[in-house]
Amino acid sequence: MSALSALVGTRAARHTVLPGFGPSLGFTIVYLGLVVLIPLSAVFFKTAGMGWSAFVETAFHGRVLAAYRLSFGGALLAALLNAVFGLLVAWVLVRYEFPGRKLVDAMVDLPFALPTAVAGIALTAIYAQNGWLGSVLAQWGIKVAYTPLGVIVAMVFISLPFVVRTVEPVLQDLETDVEEAAISLGAGRVQTFVMVILPALLPALLTGTALAFARAVGEYGSVIFIAGNLPGVSEIAPLLIITKLEQYDYAGATAIGTVMLLVSFVMLLAINLLQRWRKSRMGG
Amino acid sequence: MSKNTSMPTHSRRPVSEPALIRWALCLLTLAFLGLFLFMPLAAVLAEAFRKGTEAYFSALATRETLAAIRLTLLTAAIAVPMNLVFGITAAWSVAKFDFPGRSLLMTLIDLPFSVSPVISGLIYVLIFGLQGWVGPILADHGVRVIFAVPGIVLATIFVTFPFIARELIPLMEAQGREEEEAATVLGASGWRTFFMVTLPNVKWGLVYGVLLCNARAMGEFGAVSVVSGHIRGLTNTMPLHVEILYNEYDFVGAFAVASLLALLALLTLAVKTFLEWVHRDEIAAALR
Amino acid sequence: MRRTPFLLAAALAASTILAPAAKAETTLLNVSYDPTRELYQDFNKAFADHWLKTAGEKVTINQSHGGAGKQARAVIDGLEADVVTLALAYDIDAISEKTGLIPKDWQVRLPHNSSPYTSTIVFLVRKGNPKAIKDWGDLARDGVQVITPNPKTSGGARWNYLAAWGWAERQFKGDEAKVRDYVRAVLKNVPVLDSGARGSTNTFVQRGIGDVLLAWENEALMSSKELVEANVEIVVPSLSILAEPPVTVVDKVAERHATTKVAEAYLRYLYAPIGQEIAARNFYRPTDPEVAKKYAKQFPEVKTFTIADAFGGWQKAQKAHFTDGGTFDQLFEKR
Repeated sequence: MSALSALVGTRAARHTVLPGFGPSLGFTIVYLGLVVLIPLSAVFFKTAGMGWSAFVETAFHGRVLAAYRLSFGGALLAALLNAVFGLLVAWVLVRYEFPGRKLVDAMVDLPFALPTAVAGIALTAIYAQNGWLGSVLAQWGIKVAYTPLGVIVAMVFISLPFVVRTVEPVLQDLETDVEEAAISLGAGRVQTFVMVILPALLPALLTGTALAFARAVGEYGSVIFIAGNLPGVSEIAPLLIITKLEQYDYAGATAIGTVMLLVSFVMLLAINLLQRWRKSRMGG
Repeated sequence: MSKNTSMPTHSRRPVSEPALIRWALCLLTLAFLGLFLFMPLAAVLAEAFRKGTEAYFSALATRETLAAIRLTLLTAAIAVPMNLVFGITAAWSVAKFDFPGRSLLMTLIDLPFSVSPVISGLIYVLIFGLQGWVGPILADHGVRVIFAVPGIVLATIFVTFPFIARELIPLMEAQGREEEEAATVLGASGWRTFFMVTLPNVKWGLVYGVLLCNARAMGEFGAVSVVSGHIRGLTNTMPLHVEILYNEYDFVGAFAVASLLALLALLTLAVKTFLEWVHRDEIAAALR
Repeated sequence: MRRTPFLLAAALAASTILAPAAKAETTLLNVSYDPTRELYQDFNKAFADHWLKTAGEKVTINQSHGGAGKQARAVIDGLEADVVTLALAYDIDAISEKTGLIPKDWQVRLPHNSSPYTSTIVFLVRKGNPKAIKDWGDLARDGVQVITPNPKTSGGARWNYLAAWGWAERQFKGDEAKVRDYVRAVLKNVPVLDSGARGSTNTFVQRGIGDVLLAWENEALMSSKELVEANVEIVVPSLSILAEPPVTVVDKVAERHATTKVAEAYLRYLYAPIGQEIAARNFYRPTDPEVAKKYAKQFPEVKTFTIADAFGGWQKAQKAHFTDGGTFDQLFEKR
């Protein structure tokens, strides 16, 4: 199928006949530098100005650690939830026909368009103990608003489009002949999904999940409305950044920002490397 | 992979699951979306229309709301095209070529997603603020970046930076480069290959990317809030205006503006559906 | 490589910013905190009329509102405010200290510590006061839920906290251990810490959380009026803090804009009878004795102490209670 690529192999693949590598990479790096790297370096410079011991004191204080736990743990759970349900949503939207499908498809982007503060207010209104769902859940003794659970609900909402929208185009592009072949060879439906479809979707799914996670970690606007914000219980890391800023402690704020940034960066890098390793093993 | 794969292939699947499973999956999907998507939207609309349609429209027709809408549209109109050009270029270099540091580059492209909106705004304050790197120089020349429109645009570009690139990269990777290589070997120029082969192939990913980027550009709250200065009628975007109205206990006004943002997200999708329609004939003609 | 963003920024600035500024008309930017929106909406109109009549000049006043700390930070980072009207002197001190845009002695330039109007902290409870909350002591009772914003992010919440602390100091005759026990018990009853005063009001009124909301008196009076369906009533404690929201001209910015005269007149007008009436109508306590007498019925009798008396000023209060590791952090961690 990919005879050409197989011939040249991964290492030599940069000697493809395709033009435009230099200019496109050059532009990418310059734009990336101007828009992302130079501005972000301000965070590191500000943090560097505070000295090592002050940095450790600020960024790894007990209360800050609790906030990291909530931000990263909540984001991880939210991303996993979105991985499962986002895949399902994409599958249903691409593969099945049902009334209102187009409208549902259209609404998936909503969490991006709705300002996060509005999302937070709307979710709190629904999940508070006097809200539509909150009052029902309260009978079962489940409290969502003003608990860490509320944080996860908000994170699921704001990162919902990522998995759906990264998986959807790949799924649309997926050839059905491979599936047909698998089935004609006697594979069951589940087997076909696990052996044929899932591997094809995996890069997009992983990417979507990673992005959902990254987005949820830093979320502030929607979470503060529903979280309750009790120190050590339902206080997220970005709120601590704001708290530092309120004390005119810019360096303290960027110190926490730096830690969050580095952790996210390492996780994203690991996922990207993992994908690459997978691809090279599959001999793509 | 010889045939053109760009056609949307929603309908008439030869391979499918039993009806029972299909229905179960559909219901599960709708239940999940209902919980996390429809209900918040319904809550917004319920609040917006609580005092009737008249109150809804009069809440939207104020001078400050209109100014906020104008600013939001202007911001998106600058940020989205810039990130579109970047997204396509970055996807081309990352997905079609192999080079050392490729994973690192991709991770750096992802980075703005993982930066807390608070920090995304703060970086521009650290650079362009009066206590920042270049703020004092700019102030001497009377150039305002933060607490003015340029700062809002910059913060929006930063926040929406990865969307289009990130949407295109996995798609372009999945498609490989045989088609482009074939076109090039047959003598097509780079641009021609790109426009005739690559672009049609990634059309849907591109549309999704632009829609997401646009939605996020219009809806961004946290980062813009840091650099806006919140001057009524001048530097308030729609999301900031929502917060202001909400804090004035004008719930109808706040949720009316919020519903408008939701509507804009749906509107862009209507455009997409329309494009899909128009394009269907063209593609069919081109294939013949 | 670094030049491109400047060019871009300059181009953007030229195309979009200069347009409104090009009009030959005096504009003032008043950077204020959250609960003064309605007040300045009315007052700006009145002042524009007054200035047109007395000085023959048309003046437009732009408003910016937000959390007090955030607003002060914006001015420090370059938001070009001609006047600031904030919740606490501490924030204006910070502007003065970090930028030098305002002289150090700003607070003596206008009467009453530069506070044209004052307010205090009161309780908002559910209709009929089912938990019988009468005074600060009741907030520490088991089973009473107290709603207050986070003092680390909200100026109003700092007044709340200091009011409780000040009451306890008098109640326990300065026995610090008892004061701490009391404040800790109150904090234990707090189920939600919103980031701002209006967020807390919404939590209490809209979401129905909590038994008592600690609020600015002007906010409490207004929300009991504006949110009629809220079914809440005001309880005035035996003793509270005198909240003095200060105002000042940002000298260097006003000089650059050539608006010093109109900015000063603007703030002076807050002290004039009309300004005082507008403040009173928006539930701020006027400092002018004549106007105060006229609106006496609106404001309940309340005994107050000042921050200078009880805590030795904002700088000390901030340092002891609200910096990282201050009493708020200590007591919240051990609650």
